[in-house]
Amino acid sequence: MSATNMPQGVTPISHAIYDLHMTVFWICVAIAVIVFGVMIYALIYHRKAAGHKAATFHEHPILEMVWAIIPFIILIIIAIPATKTLINMDDSSDSDLTVKITGYQWKWKYEYLDQGISFMSNLATSQDEMQNLTPKNKWYLLEVDHPLVLPVGEKIRFLITSNDVIHSWWVPALGVKKDAIPGFIHEAWARINKPGIYRGQCAELCGTNHGFMPIVVEAVTKPEFEAWVKQQIKSPASAGTIAIPQKPLSKDEIMSAGKTAYEKNCSVCHKDTGLGMPPTFPALKGSKIATGNIKNHIDIVLNGKPGTAMQPFGKILNDQDIADIITYERNAWGNNTGDIIKAEQIKAARNQQEKTK
Amino acid sequence: MTSEATIAIPLYLKPWLFFKRWVLSTNHKDIGTLYLLFSLLMFLVGGIFALLIRAELFRPGARIIDPELFNQMTTMHGLVMIFGAVMPALVGLANWMIPLMIGAPDMAMPRMNNLSFWITPLAFIILLSTLIMPGSAPNFGWTFYAPLSTTYGPPSTDYMIFAIHLLGISSILGAINIIATILNMRAPGMTLMKMPLFCWTWLITAFLLIGVMPVLAGTVTMMLMDRHFGTSFFNAAGGGDPLLFQHLFWFFGHPEVYIIILPGFGVISQVIPTFSRKKLFGYSFMVYATCAIAILSYFVWVHHMFVTGVPLAAQLFTMYMTMIIAVPTGVKVFNWVTTMFKGAMTFETPMLFAIAFVFLFTIGGLSGVMLSMVPADFQYQDTYFVVAHFHYVLVPGAVFAIISGIYYWLPKWTGHMYNETLGKIHFWLSVISVNVTFFPMHFLGLAGMPRRIPDYALQFANFNAIASLGAFVFGISQLLFVYIIFRSIRKGKPATAQVWEGAEGLEWTVPSPAPHHTFAVPPSLYENGITPPLHAKGVDAEGGGGI
Repeated sequence: MSATNMPQGVTPISHAIYDLHMTVFWICVAIAVIVFGVMIYALIYHRKAAGHKAATFHEHPILEMVWAIIPFIILIIIAIPATKTLINMDDSSDSDLTVKITGYQWKWKYEYLDQGISFMSNLATSQDEMQNLTPKNKWYLLEVDHPLVLPVGEKIRFLITSNDVIHSWWVPALGVKKDAIPGFIHEAWARINKPGIYRGQCAELCGTNHGFMPIVVEAVTKPEFEAWVKQQIKSPASAGTIAIPQKPLSKDEIMSAGKTAYEKNCSVCHKDTGLGMPPTFPALKGSKIATGNIKNHIDIVLNGKPGTAMQPFGKILNDQDIADIITYERNAWGNNTGDIIKAEQIKAARNQQEKTK
Repeated sequence: MTSEATIAIPLYLKPWLFFKRWVLSTNHKDIGTLYLLFSLLMFLVGGIFALLIRAELFRPGARIIDPELFNQMTTMHGLVMIFGAVMPALVGLANWMIPLMIGAPDMAMPRMNNLSFWITPLAFIILLSTLIMPGSAPNFGWTFYAPLSTTYGPPSTDYMIFAIHLLGISSILGAINIIATILNMRAPGMTLMKMPLFCWTWLITAFLLIGVMPVLAGTVTMMLMDRHFGTSFFNAAGGGDPLLFQHLFWFFGHPEVYIIILPGFGVISQVIPTFSRKKLFGYSFMVYATCAIAILSYFVWVHHMFVTGVPLAAQLFTMYMTMIIAVPTGVKVFNWVTTMFKGAMTFETPMLFAIAFVFLFTIGGLSGVMLSMVPADFQYQDTYFVVAHFHYVLVPGAVFAIISGIYYWLPKWTGHMYNETLGKIHFWLSVISVNVTFFPMHFLGLAGMPRRIPDYALQFANFNAIASLGAFVFGISQLLFVYIIFRSIRKGKPATAQVWEGAEGLEWTVPSPAPHHTFAVPPSLYENGITPPLHAKGVDAEGGGGI
C-alpha cells in the first residue's frame, strides 16, 4: 500500500513538524465536519421539493462577528507551536559537524569542511530501468552512487548553495528542505536519532533532469562514521583531480570504463545512444566535436559551454574519467576515430589553461 | 441573433459584416462573447497539455513525452490556464454582466474594450508559437524562476516575455474599463452597497490587477535586460540576487491568485441566493471580507518562499498574515452556507456547480491553512500537496464558479435553455473526476513526491495512475460542456426574461436573449420592481456616481 501521510521522520524537528501537521489536520477535519454538516443538513431538509418555504432573514452582525472571531482564536492556538518550532529550526548554532551541499545540474556535491572530504553524488538508476527495458528495482530513482554519510546523535549543520540554477535539498525524514541558490549560502540543521537510510529528492524545478537528482542519506553510529571518514581520507569515493595508478589497458577495457563513466555523467542529456535530445542536448554521434579536433573535444568537456546546460566537467571529474569518456565518445556509435585519449593529455590541457590564465 | 440576419444581404458583403460585427465590435455583449469563446478554446488547449502530463505520469518510467517536453508542458499548461482560460473567462463574464447588472448601456470605454480583447489572442499566438519553433519552448514552469529562465532559458523565452507584456497591457486596460464602468455608469438608485456582489468582487479585482500587473511587467523586463543587455538583476555573479526575482514575481503572483478567485466568489454569491430563493446572507460582510482578502493579499507573497532562506522575522510575519486570510475567507463560506440554510433550494446545474464549489473550495482553503504554517510548509513546499491545494482552489474553485456562471447566464445570452439532463451529467462527471484527479495528490505530496517531475519512484505509482484516470475523465467531460453550450445557441426551450424563479437583479428585466443594446435609458430600480439586493430599507434614489 502506498504511503498516504507525512513520515514522522528521525529528527526532533521532523517530529515537531509531524505533530503540527497532524494537529492542524484534525482541526481542519473538525471545521470541515461542522461546515459540511450544516450544509448537508440544509441540502436535505431545506429543499423546495421537500416543501420547505424560504425564510427571509439575511443579516445577523453578531453571528458574523462570532464566526470571524472563533477562527481567529483557533489560528492563534496553532500559531504558537508553529512559531516555537520555527525558531528552533532557525537555530543552527553549536553544531558538531558541517557539510556543505552544492546543487549541480543534476547531481549533488557534498563537502565535509572539517574532514576535507568531498564527492559528487549521482543518480544510480540505470537508463535501462528508466526506459522500461529492465524491471525497476525497489529504489528506482531514489538511489545514488555515493550517499551522504552522517553520524547519528550529532548536530549537523548543512550549508546549502548551488553552482548553476536553484535546486532544493529535501530529505523528508530529516525535516530539512532548503533551496540551493547560486551565489548565496543558506543554513539548515538536523540531529538524526536513528541509524538508517533516508531518501529525498531535489524539490525545485532545475531543468530537464530535475526529477533525476535524488538524495540518499546514510545515518551511521559515531564510530562507524569515524571509520568511514578515515577510509575516505585514504581512498576517496570520487574526488576532484587526483592521481590514478597508471597501468596500460586494452582499448576494450578503456571503452568499457569510458562507457560506465559516460552513462553516469553524460547520458542523462546525450543519451546512451549518443543521439542526445536536440536541439537542447546535441547528438554526439557523428558530431563535429566528437569526430573532429581532439583539442576542442577536451576543451568542451573540461570547461563546458557557457549559457548552456553543458557544465565544466573539469571541476567535477578526474583526468582518467575524462580521458575515458572522451575515448568512448570518439569511438562509440560509429564515431570510429580510433583515438585513445590518455589522462596525461587531460592533465596537459589543464596545465595549458592554468598558464593562459 | 441580430436583425441583420433577416435582411437580404448580398453575399459579398457578408464576410465584411461578420468582420465588422466581431472584429471591430465595441459592444460589451459581443466582446464578452469573444472573451468567453476564446477562453473556452484556451481551456481545451491547456487541458490537452495537462493530459499529456498525466499520460506521462500514468506509470513510472519514460513513456510518452521526454523530460524536456514535459517541462514545456507544465509551463504552458500553467500559463495557458491562468492567462488564457480563467482570466479571460472572468473578464468575459464581467463584460457581459456588469453593464446589465448595474443598468449601464455599455462599458465606459468600448473601443478600449475591443483593444483589450484582441491583444489577448495575439499574445497567445506569440506564446504558443514557441512550441513549433526550433529549440525548446519555455521550459521552466509558469513561475519562470531566474536563473533557470534567464541565464539558462531557451531563446524562445523572449517570446514569452513579449506575450506576458501584451497580456499585462490587456489586463490593465480591462481593469481600468471595469473600474470606470462601475464607478460612473450605475443606474440612478444603484448605490455601491446595493450593487450585486459580482460587481463588487470585480471592482476589487480590477484594483488588484492595476496594482500587480505593472510589477509583473517590470519583472519580465528585468529578465529581458539580464538576458540581452548585460544587467545582473537576478544574477549573483554580477551583484544581483535570484531571490529578487521571486519577491517580485510573488508580489504579483499572490494577488493574482485572488484575481482569479474573487470574481468566482462573486458568481457564487449570485447563484446561491437565486436557487435558495433567499437573499444573500450578510451582504455587507461579504463586501468587507472581499476587501480584506484583497488588502491582505499584498502582504503574504513570502509564503511562496518559506524554504528559500528568507529571514525568520519575514517567515513569522508572513505566516501570521496568511493565517489571518482564513478569517475573511471563512466569513464568505459561512455566509454562503447560511444563505442556503432555511432556503427553498432547487438543484439546477448552476446550483450544483455552486454547491460543489463551496464544498471543494473549502477543502482547498483548509489545506491552505495547513500550508500557512511555516514548519509544516517545509515538508509541503514544492510537493504534490501544493499541487493538490492550488488545483482544489482553481479547478473546483475558480473553474467551477465560471462553469456555474455560464450555466446561470447562458439562457440570457442565447435565449434558449440549455439541456438540463446533459448539464447534470456534465456536473456529476466533472465533480467525481475532479476529486479522483486531485484528491490522491494530497497523499502523493505528503508521501514525498516533488512537483514537476516527469518520472517518479515506485511508491508513488498507485495514486498517480488513479489521478491520471480521473484527469482523462475530467478532460473528456468538458467536451460535453462544449456541446451543451453550442447546442443552446440554436436549440432548446426558449428562455423567459426571468429565466430562474428566484433570480433577482436588473439583468433579468431585459428579454432573453438580451438585445444587442440594453439600458439606452437608465432603468429605475423601483419601476422595474427590483428590490435592490440589500440595504434597501429607507434608501431613496440617489445619483449613480456616489460612493
